This record gives sequence, C-alpha cells and structure tokens, in this order.
Amino acid sequence: MALQIIQSNCTVCGACEFECPNAAILFESDTYIIAPELCTECKGHYDRPQCAEVCPVPETCVPA
Amino acid sequence: MSGNVISLDGLSVSSKDTLTKAMEADGCSSSACGSSDAPEDMDPATWEKVKDHPCYSEEAHHYFARMHVAVAPACNIQCNYCNRKYDCANESRPGVVSERLTPENAARKVIAVANEIPQLSVLGIAGPGDSAYDWRKTRETFRLVHQQLPDIKLCLSTNGLALPEHVDDLMDMNIDHVTLTINMIDPEVGTKIYPWIFYEHKRRTGLEASRILHERQMQSLDMLHERGILVKVNSVMIPGINDEHLLEVNKEVKKRGAFLHNIMPLISAPEHGTVFGLEGQRGPTAAELKKLQDACAGGANLMKHCRQCRADAVGLLGEDRGQEFTMDLVPDEVTYDPAKRETYKEWVAKEREDRRAAAAVAKAETDAAVAEEAAPMLIAVATKGGGRINQHFGHATEFQIFEVDAKGVNFVTHRRCDNYCVGGYGEEDKLELVIKTLEGIDTILCAKIGDCPREDLAAAGIEAIQDYAYEYIETAVSAVYRARRGLPAVEAETA
Repeated sequence: MALQIIQSNCTVCGACEFECPNAAILFESDTYIIAPELCTECKGHYDRPQCAEVCPVPETCVPA
Repeated sequence: MSGNVISLDGLSVSSKDTLTKAMEADGCSSSACGSSDAPEDMDPATWEKVKDHPCYSEEAHHYFARMHVAVAPACNIQCNYCNRKYDCANESRPGVVSERLTPENAARKVIAVANEIPQLSVLGIAGPGDSAYDWRKTRETFRLVHQQLPDIKLCLSTNGLALPEHVDDLMDMNIDHVTLTINMIDPEVGTKIYPWIFYEHKRRTGLEASRILHERQMQSLDMLHERGILVKVNSVMIPGINDEHLLEVNKEVKKRGAFLHNIMPLISAPEHGTVFGLEGQRGPTAAELKKLQDACAGGANLMKHCRQCRADAVGLLGEDRGQEFTMDLVPDEVTYDPAKRETYKEWVAKEREDRRAAAAVAKAETDAAVAEEAAPMLIAVATKGGGRINQHFGHATEFQIFEVDAKGVNFVTHRRCDNYCVGGYGEEDKLELVIKTLEGIDTILCAKIGDCPREDLAAAGIEAIQDYAYEYIETAVSAVYRARRGLPAVEAETA
C-alpha cells in the first residue's frame, strides 16, 4: 500500500515532501519519489493521502 | 556592466554632448514602481521604510532595483490564473521562472547581483509557490542573505493563508514589507477564482475554500498592520469576475490599514495552460484598468508603477537582467564588496535632492506661465531610470506616462510595448506596437531617436522630441507643457 509520483506530471514544487507525515518523499536526481516501504497512504494520520491532497497537478500522486 | 542599469561611471551627469556620445556607444533599457507620495506626504518612520523600496515608492523606483529569488515553490492554494507547469524565458509576468534555487544558491546569487548592480536595495520572495507556506526555505534564504548583506531590505509576497503563524518570525527578522494577494472580500466571488485550497491537512473546495482564505487574509492584514509592517495588497483584475468588486476590496483594505493597493490586469492566453486561459477569459484593457483605478480614488493609495515582473526578475523595475544571473553564471565563491553600493547610495541621496529642487522650479515656472484652467496633457517618456530622459527611443520596451497641468507633473502609469513577451517582434512590428501602445498620447520625450521612426511617428500624429535629452523628467515635461499651453510671452512674464 503506497502512492507513487508520476514523474512527467511533477512540477518539483516539493509541497508533498513538506506535508508527508512519514518522511517518505525523497528528492533524488532532480525529482521527488515516494519510498514505498515508508508510505502508509497516510492511514492513521489523516483521512486522505497528504501528497495527493496538496499536489497542484491532477493525477500525479496516485496509488502505486 | 551592461547598459541596462545606469553605470557608476555615468552617474555624474556631465554635458549633454558627452552623454549623447556615450549613449550611441552603449545599449540600454528602462526603469520604474508604489506610492507616488513624496516624503512630505508621510510620517518620517514610514518614509524611512519605503524611500529605497522601488515597489513601495514611485520615486524610489527611478533609483533602486529589486531582485526576486524563486526558493519557495510549494503552494497551498490553486488559482485559476496559474499553471505550475509553465516556464518560458521570454515571458515577463508573475509566477513565471526559469530556475529554482536552494536557499544557499539564492544567497550566493544575491551577493553576485549586489556586486554588479549597486542599485540593488530589495530582495523579494514572490513565487512561484507561496513564500509563507514554504516558510522554512523562505526563512533560511532571508537568514543567509541578512548575514552577509544586512542592509538589503527583505520582503515577501504571499496569499496570506499560512502567514499568521509566521508573523513573529517576520518581526524577528525586521521585515517591514509584505505583499498580500487579495482578489476578493466576498467568498462567492472567490469561488470563481480559487478551485481549492489546502488548509489544516485537507483540500477544501467551493465556498468553504474561499471563506477560509478570505478570513485568513483579513487576519494576516490585521496582524501585519498592528505590528507596523507595511502591507501592499495585490489584486488581479479579472473582467466579469472581480472587476467591480475590487472597488469594495480597495475600501476594505484601506480600512484595515494597507499602505498601498496594486491592481494588476489579468494576463491570460490559452498557451499559458491556465484555467482562465483555456476558458478564453480575457484580461482588462488599459482603459478598463484606468477606469477602475480612477474609481478607487479616495480609497487605499494605488500603486501605478508595477511591472508585473517575473518571479526571478533582477534589476530596476521595467527591466529584467535575470538571464545574466542564472546559477550557471554565478561563481562558486562570491565575496560581497560593499564599495559600489555605498558610492551609489551617496550619489542617489544628492541626486534625489537635486531632482526635487528642479521639479519645484519647473512647477513654479509652469504655474506662472500657464492659465490655471489650462487643460492637462499626457506625455510619454523614455527613461532607463534616475528620473531623467535618458533612453534611446529604439531601446525602450515601455514608456512612463506623466500628466502635467498648471499644478505640476505626476506619474500616471507605464505602458509596455513588449506585450509581455520580449521575443518575437521584428522592428516594424515594434513601431506599430508602440503607436498602438501610445493611444491618446501625442508627445514622446526620449534621449535620441532615428529619423525614420521619428517620421513614422509623426505620420501617426505623435511628435518625438529629443531636445530634452538627460534632463530631469519634471523639467522637460513642464517645458513642453508651457510651450504647448503657455500664455503669450508678455502675459506670462507679468503673471
């Protein structure tokens, strides 16, 4: 259970990294990726995954 | 150093001939933004804060430069006039940036610019993204810059949603200028501008989003005002959506203590990929903007010299040297050398006094030579800063428009003739654009103009005058006005 970032959509704004309660979003090779082993889809923290909630581009933070 | 900024060597204005020769050898660009108030119109503490800030003082915009660094790309709201995927080096408008910086790189770039552009007085963080939402990066950038350049004014621009939490930090860092973008005070209007906001870990839409945004914006404005931080309110004028409503916004922000209100035209085109662009939402015409600004008279002071600059703009308002300072051009190690900026500041202090004195003389002369009820005149000026007519017509990408009557000379607005995009126009197209840009104005003052364009302008009913090259704008504009509207000489002498 994890989310992934669709690289071609990502604007590299970093809002997701900022909001992730698990520090699962890493900046690597000029882009953001979600570490699947750390991602909980925000279960236990929030109602909805924070990366998808804050992302400015639709369909960018989606289930892996 | 590029000719876009007045070089230190050129500061002492010698003979007109020397300067004209210098200009022929040199390239150039333009200047000018804030309150048109002079020191006598505000209390000394406020004047001290704004006197060197080009966006807050119309006078300062002739002398001082700003730079923006795009260090805070994360945003907490979505606006229908913004598309985060867009980037173009030729576009000149807010939110557009070609390069994002880490706080460390940004600080290095600021020092490199301060070494090259002595006019630099302000560092702003203005997007893309929201400086208060992406606060850690904004704060770190300010900290690093302040360590090395303590006299640079720090300012930020934000939508206000995340600002209340950081107001104490602003106080700790001695920040005295904040720009809030407020496009509505009625959440119903907001629903047409903001599809969603992210607040307290939740994406909120519709009326709820706009209601929260509105409440937080008013809270931000109140908190800043209570603490003596000057607030400029930016509003984007969107015809059919908030154009008439901005009158109410103007009254409300004045009531809440905003120092300045900057009403900017929406810039919208399908190729920008924004919701408004794709829906065919148009921006206002210059006449519509002027009408709204005029209707706001008596409310919050309006800023009329805004250039809607890019989020990585560098230089005097109206020019952008950002492309000369991209990170690949900034050395790994930069050491700040304060000498040039100190020399420049001393020069400006004296030059401003001289200009004020010259303007007072010109005003008295006009007052004596022109009937009190003589019709006012609009005059376009080509300037690259310093309050003088010092730009070659062919190098002007914008004109500053001054209104003159028996009571004096006032800056009205600037008119851009680069159509927001600095590439893609041939010379002939450009002249046509200039003629269109100058609609309603029949006189241009410039430092120099070629015979061909002068004749073409004359054919379009516009007189281009180069007789006042390098004179103060007020002096030259007054002289032209007296020549056109003056009483017969005998009467003038006895008046």
